Amino acid sequence: MRVPLSWLREYVDLPAGQTGRDVQARLIDAGLEVETVEQHGAGLKGPLVVGEVLAIEELTGFRKPIRYCQVDVGGANGTGEPQNIVCGARNFQVGDSVVVVLPGAVLPGDFAIAARKTYGKVSEGMICSAAELGMSEDHAGIIVLPPGHRPGTDAIALLELADEVLDIAVTPDRGYCLSLRGVARETATAYGVPLRDPALLDVAPPNAHGHPVEVADQAGCDRFTARTVTGLDPLAQSPVWLTRRLQKAGMRPVSLAVDITNYVMLELGQPLHAYDRARLDGPIGVRRAAPGEKLTTLDGVRRTLDPEDLVITDRRGPIGLAGVMGGAETEITGAAAGGEPGEPGEAGAPGEETGGTTEVVVEAAHFDPVTVARTARRHRLSSEASRRFERGVDPEAAAAAAQRAVDLLVLLAGGSAGAGVTEVAVAAAPRTLTIPADHPDRVAGVGYGRATVVRRLQDVGCEVTGQDELTVTPPSWRPDLTDPNDLAEEVIRLEGYGNLPSTLPRPPAGRGLTGRQRLHRRVGRALAGAGCTEVLSYPFLGEAALDQLGLDADDPRRSLVRLVNPLADTEPALRTTLLPGLLAALRRNHGRGEHDLALFETGLVFRPAGAGRPGARLPVDRRPTDEELAALTGALPEQPRHAAAVFCGLRRPGGWWGEGQPVSWADAVEAGRRTAREAGIEPVVRQARYAPWHPGRCAALYTAVDGEERLLGHAGELHPRVVKALGLPERTCALELDLDLLERAGGGLPQAPGISAFPVATQDVALVVDASVPAAEVTAALRSGAGDLLESLRLFDVFTGEQLGAGRRSLAYALRFRAPDRTLTAEEITAARDGAVAAAAERTGAVLRGG
Amino acid sequence: MSAPNKSYDPVEVEALKPETVARMRDEALAAIAAAGDLTALHEAKVAHAGDRSPLALANREIGALPPHAKADAGKRVGGARGEVSRALKARQAELEAERDERVLVEEAVDVTLPYDRDPAGARHPLTTLMERIEDVFVAMGYEVAEGPEAESEWLNFDALNIAPDHPARTMQDTFFVESAGGGRDESGVVLRTHTSPVQVRSLLDREPPVYVICPGRVYRTDELDATHTPVFHQVELLAVDEGLTMADLKGTLDHMVQSLFGAGMRTRLRPNYFPFTEPSAEMDMECYVCRGASVGDPDRPCRTCSSEGWIELGGCGMVNPRVLTACGVDPERYSGFAFGFGIERMLMFRHNVEDMRDMVEGDVRFTRPFGMEI
Repeated sequence: MRVPLSWLREYVDLPAGQTGRDVQARLIDAGLEVETVEQHGAGLKGPLVVGEVLAIEELTGFRKPIRYCQVDVGGANGTGEPQNIVCGARNFQVGDSVVVVLPGAVLPGDFAIAARKTYGKVSEGMICSAAELGMSEDHAGIIVLPPGHRPGTDAIALLELADEVLDIAVTPDRGYCLSLRGVARETATAYGVPLRDPALLDVAPPNAHGHPVEVADQAGCDRFTARTVTGLDPLAQSPVWLTRRLQKAGMRPVSLAVDITNYVMLELGQPLHAYDRARLDGPIGVRRAAPGEKLTTLDGVRRTLDPEDLVITDRRGPIGLAGVMGGAETEITGAAAGGEPGEPGEAGAPGEETGGTTEVVVEAAHFDPVTVARTARRHRLSSEASRRFERGVDPEAAAAAAQRAVDLLVLLAGGSAGAGVTEVAVAAAPRTLTIPADHPDRVAGVGYGRATVVRRLQDVGCEVTGQDELTVTPPSWRPDLTDPNDLAEEVIRLEGYGNLPSTLPRPPAGRGLTGRQRLHRRVGRALAGAGCTEVLSYPFLGEAALDQLGLDADDPRRSLVRLVNPLADTEPALRTTLLPGLLAALRRNHGRGEHDLALFETGLVFRPAGAGRPGARLPVDRRPTDEELAALTGALPEQPRHAAAVFCGLRRPGGWWGEGQPVSWADAVEAGRRTAREAGIEPVVRQARYAPWHPGRCAALYTAVDGEERLLGHAGELHPRVVKALGLPERTCALELDLDLLERAGGGLPQAPGISAFPVATQDVALVVDASVPAAEVTAALRSGAGDLLESLRLFDVFTGEQLGAGRRSLAYALRFRAPDRTLTAEEITAARDGAVAAAAERTGAVLRGG
Repeated sequence: MSAPNKSYDPVEVEALKPETVARMRDEALAAIAAAGDLTALHEAKVAHAGDRSPLALANREIGALPPHAKADAGKRVGGARGEVSRALKARQAELEAERDERVLVEEAVDVTLPYDRDPAGARHPLTTLMERIEDVFVAMGYEVAEGPEAESEWLNFDALNIAPDHPARTMQDTFFVESAGGGRDESGVVLRTHTSPVQVRSLLDREPPVYVICPGRVYRTDELDATHTPVFHQVELLAVDEGLTMADLKGTLDHMVQSLFGAGMRTRLRPNYFPFTEPSAEMDMECYVCRGASVGDPDRPCRTCSSEGWIELGGCGMVNPRVLTACGVDPERYSGFAFGFGIERMLMFRHNVEDMRDMVEGDVRFTRPFGMEI
């Protein structure tokens, strides 16, 4: 809502010297979001005057037609002689009143005016367009004023060029502030001065002689006033003050009748519609649309109506979408085309040349907000009218708004008010609510006291009675005041949010982060500590991403949760694996010149739930039952949290210390181990074949969860085909784990080991095994055979060579033995070592090398 | 000890004559002083202080002297040997220091060589900023609550007093999930548009008092540009207890802002409208960069607050009693407050991020400087 300060002052006596900025601050405190204060006419300096065109000489020989004019500017040029002015516009003729800027003036944008030679003539100033004066965006021709302004009149004052305009973002609960009347009310309250309510005017009482109106759907329309004005002069133009107010409020002047309906809407908040009475066929009706009914709206679009749409009809059928937009059939026409209130720019083609509208029926009605909102949304047709009805229009202002429009049509268009006044009104009991008088105090934590509470509620227009219990009747323009807290807010905001004290509640002693939350933090730190950089990628993907990963047709990761309205049709579903997003980030970084990369992400993946959709919509007036809640959440996709990492290039760069170390499958596996260790788990690693990994370089990580071995995830080098399909650097490696499973597997409290101060005994053994025997098995066998004396065991070398024979390899281990209570004897050490080797021999066929 | 030889004549023992002892001592000291390195010093030590050195041999003669002469000679020789020994020690230290200096100089390296062998990783600043905020509230006794991102429409909208016809519930704002059958009909599941459903879950799960903070990822159907992203992060707070007031809301907000931006930072509440709170407010904090000094001063423009002096944080208010009712909490007995704000925006103004896309694309150059905590 754009509110010119000059217009606002008509209803509120602001203290002298108050600027737009001052008013902005007051209104912001009162809860209106005044986003900007536009300074109109800033930097504008006269002389800028009304001129009358005396003569026009058409200059030819230039690229475009040019006019050399003599303009009477009265005494404004000091001589009284006509002013010679060159002008490129053509939308005027001799005798027209125009706006002339004379040498010495400065126009907005620091545009200094001087007499200058152009097109072979000296131009002593300029005839101005609306855009040049900052009045609108309209560059099409110069301003032609309505007749009646004397040459030489100061145009800065006439056109109210110096003004301030408040631009207010009105929240959905404050529909009444989509009007000068509403903003003026807030301003008056904010300054503690009286309001001159523009809706308080003499309204002709309803009678039976007006244009007939039949409201068939009183739920959709509880108020309908129809007034008639005849004898309109189709050539009458909007006066300057009217067009200027519309322009400053952000609306384009169209024609006098339309301008008046728009003006009254801005003033009182009541959307109006004016029908050309000559084009109306019979009574006006209000009903729901019949299936398949059609209507061409003022914007020229032919629409098929929905049975839920509320329509205005005449005998022929729908002539308007109630509260949204009128129909083209009954559009008023004048010197210019007519239009629906609020949609002057959408008026479409000029009306038929019927000589213009001379009789109108003015509609001021009140429509159901939900009906209007649904229709506007259904037809993607948001108008100034629908915006207001959706947010709530004052039903009690309808008659006054119709009267105001009639008065202006009579005054400005020379019309006569029809004696008939039609009013259909559905009687409604006043809404009242009761609150304890100290309710606002308890909400705010401030002792306002009853007197203040009552006064503030009266400020917003409520009627208040009662002592400790207040009975409050909100005003007709505040349909949003329905609950006790709504009333509390009114009191608190008017007393000033800025005056609220600052206190701290005392929550019960907390327990800190949960184990799960601490694990997530540790995993993030561990992976970052291992050199990985965190990425947060979008969870959207399409089938193509899964094809690129080479997933089988029946891979569970192809079972996707899909979106009804994805941002991109190529990514209509939610991820089942973190890898596509992470690999895309890897490729992006690589493309930007970072070739040695380690990235990680933790986040949710989504798997369809089996349960299907929940039943009927749950109520909100009570807590749902546990069964209802279970059904609700049971219908949600499964959303486990995963952790993933990807690697390419060098894991460690080369330098003066030596060669760089390329990324390998082992880095991915180790990242998996590190992650698992944060949960206190040493995962079991096994060889695996699993897309998108290299079939020979893929590790599966397992751990026990609730006594059962479960797969945590996979790690290793990506399949070369995947690397190629995704355009990744060669030998890119990846890891993906289920963090939720890891959390469930998490070890209990770590137990401190006994630390022996007796000497350690180290034994190295090299075992030759078949190359197909996994090292993990040999390690496990050694460990089991070494007995309690084994302190630690470490594989320190893997060797293959001719001397071992084909398909054989040697694994060299360092075993450390130690006893808690004594120095081990040579015999004890040898026995322990032999036990370990024997177990390895038995379980893996290992042969002690050189033994 | 043998019996003293009273007939012994000390004059006869050449080696014990004072001038001889003095000479031996001087020779020893000269040799020690002349030793140019530790090897030479060792040789001088053997020659002049070893078992077969003149002074050692002289010392042996003392035993044969008559008692009255013993003390005298002993004192003389002992003094000389002591002097030699001290000189040796001093010279030894001197030469060792010289050697050490020489060797360590030879071992010197260029310590300015880079050693970027283990590249540093980093956590995403959105993650660490959320953790930072969590920590502020955990320290106050709040718990951190989490919930699913694909969420029930009832929890995301209805329970929060967002009616079925609310504009937020259209496909222009909210991602809707297809039903399991694959049809395009409503599944009743959306990608949560705020973390407020976690608040609802908290109220459904726990008995008041409830003090929770709900960080997480949320979704709206915006196209990605410099200031919008369809996937972003929020932190929301919910406190439900007996007797909570707007003053408590203001105090809690003040505490958070001062914890994150420094002592003395002021905040401001401006009336606003949200369906799930009543009264509702917009929360602003004083610009922590210019502290308002840029307002109306074109010579000192402030990029952080666009010279407004205030930075918009997010929305807040007293929990709408209708929300409490839908969650089974008695609004006659309990009241609550809530606030929420976007982490992307806070990261932008707290750390001068100019383009939201930088947070989305995963460029390591963006993330690395943020390290492990912010």
